[in-house]
Amino acid sequence: MGRFSLYNTNIDFLRWRKLAMIWSVTVLLIAVGSLLVRGMSLGLDFTGGTVIEVQYPQPMEIPKVRETLAKAGFSDAQTQHFGTSRDVLIRIPPRGGQGNAATLSNDVLHALQSAEGGAGVTLARAEFVGPQVGQELVEQGGLAALGALAGILLYVMFRFEWRLAVGTIAATVHDVLFTVGWFSLFQIEFDLTVLAAVLAVIGYSVNDTVVVLDRIRENFRKRRKGSAQEIMNLSINETLSRTIMTSFVTLLSVIVMYFFGGVVMHGFSVAMIVGIVVGTYSSIYIASATALYLGISREDLLPRAKETADDRP
Amino acid sequence: MSTPYTLNQYPWWKYLLIGLVMLWGLIFALPNLFGEDPAVQISGARANIAVDAAFQNRVAALLDADKLSHKRLELDDGRLLIRFPDTELQLKAADILKDRLGRDYIVALNLASSAPGFLRAMGLNPMYLGLDLRGGVHFLMQVDMDATIKQIEDSYVDEIRVQLRNEKAQYASVGRAASGGVQVEFKDEAERDKAAQALRKNLANLQQDEPGPLSLRLTLGEPEIREKRDFALQQNITTLRNRVNELGVAEPIIQQQGSDRIVVQLPGVQDTARAKEILGATATLEFRLADEENDWNQAATTGRAPINSRLYKDRDGQPVLLQKRVMLTGDSIVDAASGIDQQSGGPAVYVTLDGKGAKRMEDGTKGNIGKRMGVVFIENKTETKRVDGELKKTAYTVEEVINVATIRDRLGRRFQITGLDSTREARDLALLLRAGALASPIEIIEERTVGPSAGKENIAQGFRAAAIALLVIAVFMTLRYKYFGLIATAALAANVVLLIAALSMLQATLTLPGIAGIVLTMGMAVDANVLIYERIREELRNGNSPQAAIHAGFDRAFDTILDSNLTTLIAAIMLFGFGTGPVKGFAVTLSIGILTSMFTAVVGSRALVNLIYGGRKLQKLTV
Repeated sequence: MGRFSLYNTNIDFLRWRKLAMIWSVTVLLIAVGSLLVRGMSLGLDFTGGTVIEVQYPQPMEIPKVRETLAKAGFSDAQTQHFGTSRDVLIRIPPRGGQGNAATLSNDVLHALQSAEGGAGVTLARAEFVGPQVGQELVEQGGLAALGALAGILLYVMFRFEWRLAVGTIAATVHDVLFTVGWFSLFQIEFDLTVLAAVLAVIGYSVNDTVVVLDRIRENFRKRRKGSAQEIMNLSINETLSRTIMTSFVTLLSVIVMYFFGGVVMHGFSVAMIVGIVVGTYSSIYIASATALYLGISREDLLPRAKETADDRP
Repeated sequence: MSTPYTLNQYPWWKYLLIGLVMLWGLIFALPNLFGEDPAVQISGARANIAVDAAFQNRVAALLDADKLSHKRLELDDGRLLIRFPDTELQLKAADILKDRLGRDYIVALNLASSAPGFLRAMGLNPMYLGLDLRGGVHFLMQVDMDATIKQIEDSYVDEIRVQLRNEKAQYASVGRAASGGVQVEFKDEAERDKAAQALRKNLANLQQDEPGPLSLRLTLGEPEIREKRDFALQQNITTLRNRVNELGVAEPIIQQQGSDRIVVQLPGVQDTARAKEILGATATLEFRLADEENDWNQAATTGRAPINSRLYKDRDGQPVLLQKRVMLTGDSIVDAASGIDQQSGGPAVYVTLDGKGAKRMEDGTKGNIGKRMGVVFIENKTETKRVDGELKKTAYTVEEVINVATIRDRLGRRFQITGLDSTREARDLALLLRAGALASPIEIIEERTVGPSAGKENIAQGFRAAAIALLVIAVFMTLRYKYFGLIATAALAANVVLLIAALSMLQATLTLPGIAGIVLTMGMAVDANVLIYERIREELRNGNSPQAAIHAGFDRAFDTILDSNLTTLIAAIMLFGFGTGPVKGFAVTLSIGILTSMFTAVVGSRALVNLIYGGRKLQKLTV
């Protein structure tokens, strides 16, 4: 048994909870600091503007594209390769005059096609987002994240206990801040798909935490001896094999998505990868340590008097 | 602990139930295996244009004449669908058919499921692909409501001036107030009170207040503003729908979003620039007296209009001769609404003109009672065409007579158009009049265009990622849990089938993030199995017999699975609630995936384990 020798482990995880807390707080301070200082490299979905992805029949040099665009009056355009050297991504920041913003992608395409003597350049993708839409998205995204957190808090409070619920939320907020901070620190573009990934991280992180909580509750009810810390340690050890297995398998599928899902899915995959890794750490440390700091005890998790006694064998 | 062998056995009906669910999944997922044919879809541009068997023969003859090989022609519900072996033929045929059939028919490109007829007859369809997967254009448009209200107030400024003059009320100035509404300044209070009384009578719909001792402000009431906003939106939707029809899109979506936005989705549109040009056209109206001296049909056959006249066509393609002189243009129209004629009880359109327009209308009609008058709808469009390798933008107009009616009386500020065939026609005419007159400024606030080849690439990459993920997970799970890993893989495959079946049945839109959702669900679906198997291992380590360990493993893991999946579901539902387009697609696949994975992992894999291990004596269990 135990090919990964994760069984019968008896690691005193919570002995290092102070260290873990210091580490987490430091990392989160860096994340928040980066968010305040560097900000986010927000994608088109949030800032507004125009993105055009074109494909050339042959490899194309960026300076040449830039020159063509400058001649056509798009000197503010940013140009880069996207995936291969035949694909070019052009970004144009939002412009004051709203009137012709929507036809911008046509004009850019025409300029590029004319420079190439007509045919050849094809449009792969064009996106235009007006500034008002981006603003709304920021608000709605924040609301969705808060809504998800509130919903989960209520569920865990109802199914478990408030200290564990607070611990779960602490772990989840930790994961979200870490992931968002990662995108800020490395200035990876944060777009709509990344936002979706962050919300999926919320779901995943809670999923992971709840499994540990479930075992903590079970052990508190089953074992009459041992301190809260001992029982929590035991529960984490017992679920360790599962925690690592599940994270690993989910991680595998997301890594596959990073390499085979196309460039469009890169941001999404990176957010998921970061989220799953910290989510695994936080479900071991943050959730239980927080509940422990809040002074959780066996009595808090025993079935209430009116309910029948533990029905487990 | 003694363990009966019957511990891990399901009653026969449970297997049957699971079998039925899987059969359901396979049947609903089946249409997705067949792919899609490039097709051309033809429908009548108007209700009276028949698309029938005779028409089908005509199209078949046209196709044969140009040696365009096609797979099949299908007549279905007033639409003719022609399937082609490849996209090149499809595009060529669409161009030729558009040319030969003229404006009476809408020729649209489409992708038609190539699933066999009996599946389609059963109402089974493949998943509905989002724009990012099939290519096409998505627009979000916003109607500028402030400008709409401003336009209406501007027309009231004229109107009030005329009213005051008629009532001989002395005023200093009339203008739009910066804070909204129309403000009139007077020289003395008596004049103001006189004006206020007159306006209260003649323009009862306006609310009055007195911001200063010598001023009077008139504002639109809240219900009227709401009504005007609604009008503006409906009018824009109607105009867009007409234009999209002209564009030839097989399954367009044009719908209201929120109070002032319109979503337009045009799947499969290849020439996105042209789509924008057509949607962005502006329209105007002209009222012209009819040419009563010359024969309209004769002019049509010779193709030459007499001097002083112009030859038009009406919406049914019939010739109409109208005078060259324009009596009135659309910007004089304040409102146009459909209703019922008080006298005849037939459908009617009520038109309201502004002060200047009313004057011109009176002058134009008083000597022409008994004669006819036509309304011309003019759309200004631009078209970009390739001329000698250069892209050139040309502006052109499309003119069409939308109504010819006999002048019964001297027409003034308010008049009505009767003699319409149906209430539907009245409604259409009213909408067209408004479209040509009160075009509310509309702007595109979001555009997402995906080229058709990029869409194909997205599908290919998405499915490759899903397939590789499935394979990697299968290998890993089998290495880790041996036979149980194989069972988990079978459950996972079943999960994918059920997920695809559910998406096909609901006709939910599959997007690229949606595929990401499927891949993510596969990773998370394994979790339930991992929880169960780890629990079984634990029970075995605690010294339980294999059968008891299996039983307890499934039993105890269930609570955990339920808790952890429900919390993820909460996050997915939140995502659905706020998300738009692609993100919604992600939320949908994630939510459905969570539900199907709970079924396959808990019930499905349990059934397999029971079938394999249940009811026999096990000495050893390799998990």
